[in-house]
Amino acid sequence: MIHSAETPALGRKKRLGRYKKPSLSRSKGGTAVIFIFLMMVSIFMVGPMAYTIIQSLKPINEIFLYPPRFFVQHPTLDNFTMMIQLVQDMWVPFERYLFNSMFVAVAGTGLYIMVASMAAYPLSKLKFRYAALYYQIIVWAILFRPEVTRIPQYVIIAKLGLINTYLSIILPVLATSFGVFLMRQFMITVPDEIIEAAKIDGVGHYAMFAKIIMPMVKPAWLTLIIFTFQQLWNTTGGQYIYDETMKMLPTVLQQISSGGIARSGAGAAVALILMIPPIAVFIISQSSVMETMAQSGIK
Amino acid sequence: MSAVQLDVKTARKVRRRPSFLKENGPALVFLAPFSLFFFVFTILPILTSIFFSFTYFNMLEAPRFIGFTNYIRMFFDDDVFLIALKNTLIFAFITGPLGYILSFLFAWLINEFRRGVRSLLTLIFYSPVLAGNVYFIWVFMFSGDAYGLINSTLIKLNLIKEPIQWLTDPKYNFTVVTLVILWLSMGAGFLAFVAGLQSLDRSLFEAGTIDGIRNRFQELWYITLPQMGPQLLFGAVMSIAGAFAVGYESMSITGFPSTDYSTHTLVLHILDFGNMRFEMGYASAVAVFLFALMLLAWWIVSKTLSKLTD
Repeated sequence: MIHSAETPALGRKKRLGRYKKPSLSRSKGGTAVIFIFLMMVSIFMVGPMAYTIIQSLKPINEIFLYPPRFFVQHPTLDNFTMMIQLVQDMWVPFERYLFNSMFVAVAGTGLYIMVASMAAYPLSKLKFRYAALYYQIIVWAILFRPEVTRIPQYVIIAKLGLINTYLSIILPVLATSFGVFLMRQFMITVPDEIIEAAKIDGVGHYAMFAKIIMPMVKPAWLTLIIFTFQQLWNTTGGQYIYDETMKMLPTVLQQISSGGIARSGAGAAVALILMIPPIAVFIISQSSVMETMAQSGIK
Repeated sequence: MSAVQLDVKTARKVRRRPSFLKENGPALVFLAPFSLFFFVFTILPILTSIFFSFTYFNMLEAPRFIGFTNYIRMFFDDDVFLIALKNTLIFAFITGPLGYILSFLFAWLINEFRRGVRSLLTLIFYSPVLAGNVYFIWVFMFSGDAYGLINSTLIKLNLIKEPIQWLTDPKYNFTVVTLVILWLSMGAGFLAFVAGLQSLDRSLFEAGTIDGIRNRFQELWYITLPQMGPQLLFGAVMSIAGAFAVGYESMSITGFPSTDYSTHTLVLHILDFGNMRFEMGYASAVAVFLFALMLLAWWIVSKTLSKLTD
């Protein structure tokens, strides 16, 4: 890989070989205090997730136990069987929700990676008129999260006749500028010499983008996959989808957990299953994510 | 005389740059798909809401121009808007800066450890955002009856006699929502900080030690922060965007509408008028007001940060 020599992470490693950590500005005691402090905050951070897992393993009598206990005494998988039963009794089959979520998450993520990286290429490596203005607008647009523009967006989606379609979920994601910004910041680090050399060899713009730039910015699009997948995976379909057969997986969670305390075990089971895919994707690609985010600064 | 004119004309022709299309063609092709979606689903909504904000519009009849009536109504004829504005500002001023500072603080502390520990801690701090929908579990933890984990613990410790209505009592529910939002605030900005801290120029730290940097705090102030400008700016955009968009979290935790609108925000006010009452004109006016508020916040923050890090 040509670009690895240029990436900050590897460049740093090389230097680290010759570099001895200065002892003056670091005290052992200080490091220990920091570690203990971070551990305490970590408990707060993972607490709800841990409680979700524990709750999903509690038998029904422990869920109703008074006073309630945090930990489970006799773990069981009852909640998971109950979840499957509840889900089977639903008017819409579970597989349908699963398919909706998978389809929207995978298709939406794939399309966004394409659209965002295509837009990032001219913004980072080609000279064109109004490039600076376009970039500025993209930075501003990061401010306008979907929550804020949802109502006017609703008017437009309704006018286009997209209500109750997968497109109503996917298209607004393709319009977010965050991914374009991220890809642009990373493509800028691709050395111009490589592009010049390819140009001399007669490589056109499209081959340059597909065969040279894209393989070199793999960490960037892996990062974008995580962000986009996680966002689409967690969507319910909310305002744009009223047809029950078109709704997404988190709807099941809402339905089950709205059943109150008796359903909290089954609700926790669904929540547990829902949070596995994004966490797994993150763990697998964490090092690439860190490499990309190092470039994310606004210069 | 005419010869001279001709000369000038030909000279102009020769010097003229290639046509706009020829010069920018490839760039336009690459930008086209994104620009189309970006215009229709991001720019157009912003423009149409500015237009609709001056009209009465219910989605059924054609919009009717009514001037500044919607804006006047916001401030003089809608008490709930004023509550929503107050709550949004309080949420933004607490969760925005606090979430931002905490993101940086934790990223900085995590950066003190070697690779394995660092990866694990990063995953732990980022996991609330990854888990997404899991925040419904807070509803069970803060449940208002004695079955709630927090209530039962406090009763057991004899700190309270009666269970507290954490989610419906206006005295407490604002704090609970703030806590959950802070819990969710280690997002993309946090990741940018962790990554940015790892890619700083090491030689400056060595030079700093020689120049008499005595502890971590001096190092942070004199060497780390001035180098982190771009990441700090990026984190600021993400924080501002999140801080003013508070609403859906409070809706899932405290219900909609919350008791006495105690956790009602501008985003929820827009949702209320736009999605439930179909008063699109008024909802748009509130949205435009919120856009202006966010741009103002971004302008102030970016000015301040660029002074700090230069």
